[in-house]
Amino acid sequence: MTTAPQTIATLANREYPYGFVTEIETDAAPRGLSEDIIRLISAKKSEPAWMLAWRLKAYRHWEKMAQAEGEPTWANIRYGPIDYQDIVYYSAPKPTQALTSLEEVDPELLKTFEKLGIPLEEQKRFSGIAVDAVFDSVSVATTFKEKLADLGIIFCAFSEAVQQHPALVQKYMGSVVPYTDNFFATLNAAVFTDGSFCYIPKGVRCPMELSTYFRINAADTGQFERTLIIAEPGSYVSYLEGCTAPKRDQHQLHAAVVELIALDDATIKYATIQNWYPGDKEGKGGIYNFVTKRGKALGRNSKISWTQVETGAAITWKYPGVILQGDHSIGEFYSVALTNNYQQADTGTKMIHLGKHTKSTIVAKGISAGHGQNTYRGLVKIGKGATGARNYTQCDSLLLGDQCGAHTFPYIEVKTASAQMEHEASTSKIGEDQLFYCTQRGLAKEDAVDLIVNGFCKRVFRELPMEFAVEAQKLLSVSLEGSVG
Amino acid sequence: MLEIKNLHVKVGTHQILKGVDLKVNAGEVHSIMGPNASGKSTLAQVLAGRATYEVTAGEVLYDGKNLLEMAPEERAREGIFMAFQYPVEIPGVSSAYFLKAALNAIRKHRGLEELDAMDFLTLAKEKIKVLEMDEKLLHRSVNEGFSGGEKKRNEIFQMAVLEPRLAIMDETDSGLDIDALRIVANGVNGLRSPQRAIIVITHYQRLLNYIITDYVHVLVDGRIVKSGGKELALALEAQGYAWVEAEARTATPAKT
Repeated sequence: MTTAPQTIATLANREYPYGFVTEIETDAAPRGLSEDIIRLISAKKSEPAWMLAWRLKAYRHWEKMAQAEGEPTWANIRYGPIDYQDIVYYSAPKPTQALTSLEEVDPELLKTFEKLGIPLEEQKRFSGIAVDAVFDSVSVATTFKEKLADLGIIFCAFSEAVQQHPALVQKYMGSVVPYTDNFFATLNAAVFTDGSFCYIPKGVRCPMELSTYFRINAADTGQFERTLIIAEPGSYVSYLEGCTAPKRDQHQLHAAVVELIALDDATIKYATIQNWYPGDKEGKGGIYNFVTKRGKALGRNSKISWTQVETGAAITWKYPGVILQGDHSIGEFYSVALTNNYQQADTGTKMIHLGKHTKSTIVAKGISAGHGQNTYRGLVKIGKGATGARNYTQCDSLLLGDQCGAHTFPYIEVKTASAQMEHEASTSKIGEDQLFYCTQRGLAKEDAVDLIVNGFCKRVFRELPMEFAVEAQKLLSVSLEGSVG
Repeated sequence: MLEIKNLHVKVGTHQILKGVDLKVNAGEVHSIMGPNASGKSTLAQVLAGRATYEVTAGEVLYDGKNLLEMAPEERAREGIFMAFQYPVEIPGVSSAYFLKAALNAIRKHRGLEELDAMDFLTLAKEKIKVLEMDEKLLHRSVNEGFSGGEKKRNEIFQMAVLEPRLAIMDETDSGLDIDALRIVANGVNGLRSPQRAIIVITHYQRLLNYIITDYVHVLVDGRIVKSGGKELALALEAQGYAWVEAEARTATPAKT
């Protein structure tokens, strides 16, 4: 925490620090969406025929959806029409063939990731974290692959998994988020580019954090990543996702799909620190973050835990959820969503209790500042056969200033008499009283806001791997600069 | 150390302080008493720097510097501490973390090295023992779930750790039982020093049975109308405020 004196005016004018653009030669598809473009993407990735077939099935379904009801409009967000023909669906830094070592990676790319603080060289610090670096539409490097492979762990780019591990991909892809799930998931199924694939074999506890870092660079592109994580019985993996994008005047669409499958006694912890370009102070530009993330706690005693810190993006629209199919399975959702300036968020979770004696925990913290609009939307659904199900939900909103908004839409559907549900909610402001108490003790106003907001988010930050908890705190602090004045 | 000259303070449209004059030197303990709505808390808050109060006339000098131009955190770093009448809660922020941050902000300003967590905890535990308070308080969120008495004692504890040069106690004794009162008073007495000045604002005389006070001032209707030694406090206890108010009314009319 800094105590260096800085005026609020100076801080309020600080730029999003990741707004730079990397000048690099790219191989891009022509603008627009059509079956030809899909074939082009599939060819660029040297995909087998079955993958292309799946994409085309999804695309045809999307065309029908687009013509029929079009995009869903029920969310509490407002945005201009998206012209799906005005997007470049594939852009990759040249060369595009598979690289075997870091020496072959374009030095501009290495420099980019270094600037972003992402460790691609294994000898450097953070040696306990494996990184898959995705730049626009391709994965450019994956560290510790061999070391992990020694344990039977597969950690590679999704596009590589399609070629090297087709059986696993075919078995599980679409099993948690079918291509028909929703408008944006269907679009993703047709045009997905790259993401990560993780497979943890039976009984193995993954010895390091696995992470993917997504960097959007090219203009006018959309980012459609797809990630699949499979945890065999008795296994454990902790995974972290980070992302940033350059500052641009136009909005860019990020429509990702993440599927997690946990078998008997397996645990998957998935954390996200989302820092997409949020748009400028007037709300110009910024990423549309429309994401479908879902985990299936398939096995008995399986556990899936989502932790998210959403500070970026012009609009965030996502509900990481868990289908609690296995008996005694556990689902968790911890979230801090921040909306400042003109950002909007409609986010929450879906916990679907199907098995017996399942448990879910939801802790959602929304912070609204500036003209931000923050909505929590949560569904807890207890099926008829889900005897002994338990849910605890806590959703708290913190309002900074009087131009922002916080909204809550909890949905609770219970179809069994033996379920136990607890729901707590609160809305508060950082009062002038609290700020004065802090400043009277010698703390600068910005530090006081930091302190209070961190106290508010503590319960969620606790769930993050240690280094990322520190990063999340800093990120929140930077994102809130100038918001109380 | 502190010089208040002809201070006039307004809140909204309401004129609360109508010409307060007060001089406080290092090493002294001053008590300010007065009936309700006389402006006692207003005086404390204005000295601490609360923005909701508007100074319409007069000046306040702290070590010869214009105090009214300094932001609250600057005043704190220069050694001014106010024990709040109604301490606020800060959920999720541990008392230890909060106080360490405050102490280090003040130490940095004084050119001292900041304390790390270990050293701070050692210091905090020492002080908390002297105040007969429970160490567990350090790990609780600031004032969260504290009883009224606990909150007041927490203010004294913070004061002991931050070692201010000018301590202003805004009705710290209100809501305390005799035991808590004794502990608070001991805390305050323990902080007496030739370099430190303490202003105790209180409605009742009883705190002054425990705290050694040098001067007593009576604030009525926004002005200090009478000053004296400890005997004045005893007289007020015996006779109430009415006679002082009457005296004030028949004396020179208030300066506008």
